[in-house]
Amino acid sequence: MPPTPPAAPAPSPTGEAPAAPVLSKEAEPAPPRVVPVRRTGQWAAAAVVLLLLAMAVNSVVRNEAFQWGVVADYFTTPAVLRGLGLTLWLTALVMVLGFVLGTLLAVARMSANPVLKSVSWGYIWFFRSTPVLVQLLFWFNIGALYPQLGLGIPFGPEFLTVRTVNLLGPLTVALIGLTLHEAAYAAEVVRGGLLSVDRGQTEAAQSLGLGRWRRLRRIVLPQAMRAIVPPAGNMLIGTLKGTSIVSVIAVQDLLYSVQLVYHRTYQVIPLLLVATLWYALVTTVLTVGQHYVERYYGRSERDR
Amino acid sequence: MSAMVEIRSVRKSFGSHEVLRGIDLEVRTGEVTVVLGPSGSGKSTLLRTVNHLEKVDSGRITVDGRLVGYRRSGDKLYELREREVLRRRTQIGFVFQNFHLFPHLTVLENITEAPISALKRPRAEAVAAAHALLERVGLAEKAGAYPGHLSGGQQQRVAIARALALEPKLLLFDEPTSALDPELVGEVLDVIKDLARQGTTMIVVTHEIGFAREVADTVVFMDEGVVVEQGPPAEVLDRPRQERTRAFLSKVL
Repeated sequence: MPPTPPAAPAPSPTGEAPAAPVLSKEAEPAPPRVVPVRRTGQWAAAAVVLLLLAMAVNSVVRNEAFQWGVVADYFTTPAVLRGLGLTLWLTALVMVLGFVLGTLLAVARMSANPVLKSVSWGYIWFFRSTPVLVQLLFWFNIGALYPQLGLGIPFGPEFLTVRTVNLLGPLTVALIGLTLHEAAYAAEVVRGGLLSVDRGQTEAAQSLGLGRWRRLRRIVLPQAMRAIVPPAGNMLIGTLKGTSIVSVIAVQDLLYSVQLVYHRTYQVIPLLLVATLWYALVTTVLTVGQHYVERYYGRSERDR
Repeated sequence: MSAMVEIRSVRKSFGSHEVLRGIDLEVRTGEVTVVLGPSGSGKSTLLRTVNHLEKVDSGRITVDGRLVGYRRSGDKLYELREREVLRRRTQIGFVFQNFHLFPHLTVLENITEAPISALKRPRAEAVAAAHALLERVGLAEKAGAYPGHLSGGQQQRVAIARALALEPKLLLFDEPTSALDPELVGEVLDVIKDLARQGTTMIVVTHEIGFAREVADTVVFMDEGVVVEQGPPAEVLDRPRQERTRAFLSKVL
């Protein structure tokens, strides 16, 4: 393109020549200093909030009913720690199994096979549309529906028969119930992650002759992880706290363990505080961990 | 010379819109065919049917004498299993407009992925070959970088190296410079010209008329799903016989 000539200055309406740009090297005035706007409102709001916070802290510390001494006494007793241990490994198992099953469901949902697609859709619909507490109670009472479980050929003879109640203790029921529920949500998280990966990535992998599993494992899933990790972190924290629901079927998790104590001693508030503090502590650790996992999966974006 | 690619009466529709309306085309071994045409003329779709990224509705395509994506029995074509399709694809390199490098893998891993997992080459051999390819496209020092830290031109050169790593018999380029800043187009075209000089069989879909004139053995002009005109660049570009070709060239030149 040819360079365009600079536009001629428009003649001023009074007929005077337009002011020439100042080119003289006379003493330049010091550059003006910038004075930021006074944020009086912000200061006032902060003061009010701090005051309210101080009142709240004061009420917690001065209120004898919190019984902080009792909290300290029970914080690391073996019963509480055993309950915490159960909560932790139940969370871990539910999370891992839930995501394995969820990934399969997500892949099925996105496959070309209409049967797999609908079954996956139906599973997700069913397990998301009923409360996990209800599901758990159902599994707890599964013996009423299927008093015996057998191993054998479909519609054929059975080799092994067990009474359902003997096979499924409360802990197994908790694990199954929570995992199946978790998988429905995990499936949607994984599916969202898979959809976030550009279709061109799959095409590039196809054009290079990479097989279906290799494409998923090596190309698509690692990229999907960036979109999966933040909601999965939320789910992990939700699951940690959500496992407290198993206390209703007498599984001795963290909550049930402190309940056992306060049913005996009637120190309800301090023992609930013990559980609260442990949940908050573990959640904090998980939040920090999530930050590092996110950083790991975003590594190719960072400057090296 | 023998034909590397034979395309016979290929038709393809997306819904009710017929994108390819009976294409016949031959690409001889060792030659460069440049496909020109306005947007929506079906040239990218045609290129994608050659390695079965797009399935044809009717007609047939052979690469090196073998059908692409199908097996013939009587007067019917049976679609091949994915494993078979993938194996034949390793003999056809494809370079995309938007590179489609794997962003989570380093440049070296991008190049060695297919030789290792699709051709089962030993890792050390694949790595050595990848370094040689990077040398060839002028990016020897970028082996450890991630694609996101390269310029568009560098990314496209890596993508070409990735396609070459399978030692394909045929290379397909789908508008390889259309997503690049103007000052980066030259470096990519230089790599492609270099390949042409070494006798690589290529089909290049592009808007770069100058490149077509310089490198092509055959120029194909497509419009509205048909091949309007084809021949040596001197004929098609300088003395087009068809009105549609003339109209297109007058707009882009």
